[in-house]
Amino acid sequence: MTPEPWPRYKAVGDSALAVEFGDEIDPAINRQVHALAYLLNQDPLAGFREVAPTYCSLLVHYDPLLADYEAVLAWAADHVSRTRAAFPAPPRRVEIPTVYGGAAGPDLDFVARHNHLSADEVIRIHSGTEYVVYMMGFTPGFAYLGSLEAAIATPRLETPRTLVRAGSVGIAGRQTGVYPIDSPGGWRIIGHTRLSLFDLTRDPPFLLAPGDVVRFVPTNAESD
Amino acid sequence: MLRVIDPGPLTTVQDAGRFGYQQFGVPVSGAMDGYALRAANTLVGNAWHAAGLEIAFEGPTLEASDSYLIAVTGVGFEMRVHKRVMPLWTAIFVRRGREIQLGSRQRGGWCYLAIAGGIQTPPVLGSQATYLRGGFGGVEGRALRAGDVLPAGLPARAPLELAGRYLPEEKRPAYGERPTVEVILGPQADRFTEEGRQTFLSSEYKISLSSDRMGYRLEGPSVAHSAGADLISDGLVAGSIQIPASGQPIVMMSDCPTTGGYPKIAAVASADMPLLAQCPPGTGRLRFRETTVEAAQARWRAMMNGLKASIVEPDEDMF
Repeated sequence: MTPEPWPRYKAVGDSALAVEFGDEIDPAINRQVHALAYLLNQDPLAGFREVAPTYCSLLVHYDPLLADYEAVLAWAADHVSRTRAAFPAPPRRVEIPTVYGGAAGPDLDFVARHNHLSADEVIRIHSGTEYVVYMMGFTPGFAYLGSLEAAIATPRLETPRTLVRAGSVGIAGRQTGVYPIDSPGGWRIIGHTRLSLFDLTRDPPFLLAPGDVVRFVPTNAESD
Repeated sequence: MLRVIDPGPLTTVQDAGRFGYQQFGVPVSGAMDGYALRAANTLVGNAWHAAGLEIAFEGPTLEASDSYLIAVTGVGFEMRVHKRVMPLWTAIFVRRGREIQLGSRQRGGWCYLAIAGGIQTPPVLGSQATYLRGGFGGVEGRALRAGDVLPAGLPARAPLELAGRYLPEEKRPAYGERPTVEVILGPQADRFTEEGRQTFLSSEYKISLSSDRMGYRLEGPSVAHSAGADLISDGLVAGSIQIPASGQPIVMMSDCPTTGGYPKIAAVASADMPLLAQCPPGTGRLRFRETTVEAAQARWRAMMNGLKASIVEPDEDMF
């Protein structure tokens, strides 16, 4: 039996459609997800609510009182054919000034030991890579950034911390990210940024958006 | 406005939900029983998306600073206005200065209070829904406290024109402690064994006491995975049924995260989310039955679009 080809379309309940482009974390697959998100937002169907991009699939939310599944499926499939052609706009680039180690990054030494590196080498590798916002989730403003170099990949804490302060820069497997609000968390904390990832008094409230390209810039000048 | 005399343990401002920000990780929130809030809004002549109060556990005591038309809908509560028991699912005219008391009659259950003109709190990211974990929406992102004042907007119609209208019991969802809820299988039903899917569709599940606005945890026969319980995270809807390694299902509810990393065997049909939401943790038991997306959408449309026509006007002189 040959596997079903990509993309795959699946009903998620009666108010969403998942469009799956693959089943692995891969920049090319993720680019298709963001491209489809962009195209659907440009040409909304009546009843379309919003899209939620993730690593390899796009969840298309709609109001079942205004649109039925078949119509949403046809509309999405029509745009999928255009996602390979060209990505509509160059990605936004965001720099995140980061204080590494010490009180700002209590797990930096563990990450170094785990990977048989010095702390400085971990910082050099972490800040020397450009990351893509593959998806957002967990808490408002939390961006899953990839891909982290395998040389500094580190598993999550066995027992998550009950409180990770906002601005903490963490590592989990081959992902990195910044905690937008004080919350529990199991990622290894290697640094901290004074930038606010989520601030409702700011417009827009979110520092990052899916598809953005992010770089961490080592800094000592933090006043907190 | 309504003045909060006693807030009850968990009374929040909710509406039909916060759409548009899931791509940034912002949950939809909104009423757990969206049908009941919509019915309350319809009874008092509000737009369907107007904000009202969602009440859990012991209810609050409120004072009306002016004469208002209100409606309380939902399950498991008793309402008194000026100490007199008043019917739920009915538009009630409350005179200035009177006390509205909501008391619980059973564990579990959510009830909704709509006021003509809607409760007016500042919208955050396009919605008044309270998201407690994020600390925004509603009144300062929190549950109500004694002394809070809730402004009401201008009613669309004169309150006395609508007083006494009600939604008869046979037109309401068949709330109860043993509901069968319909589900649409997928998007990862293929990550379970055939036996696992059969277990899920043929067993009775108890709703655990560790359930909340984020999710209802179920207890019952384990649902067996065929390909492990870890998935590359993808999107969730309210009603998505995730099955972690334990095999015990978790149904995502209004405040659920936007994404999750456990395989989802199915999602609950919108038309049955009220039954699930109102099935009491601890004592409630439920079963699942498979349906199609087309049938589920047809039921939901009939239920929502039929709401206005189901409202019964009172006999003359009744109120």
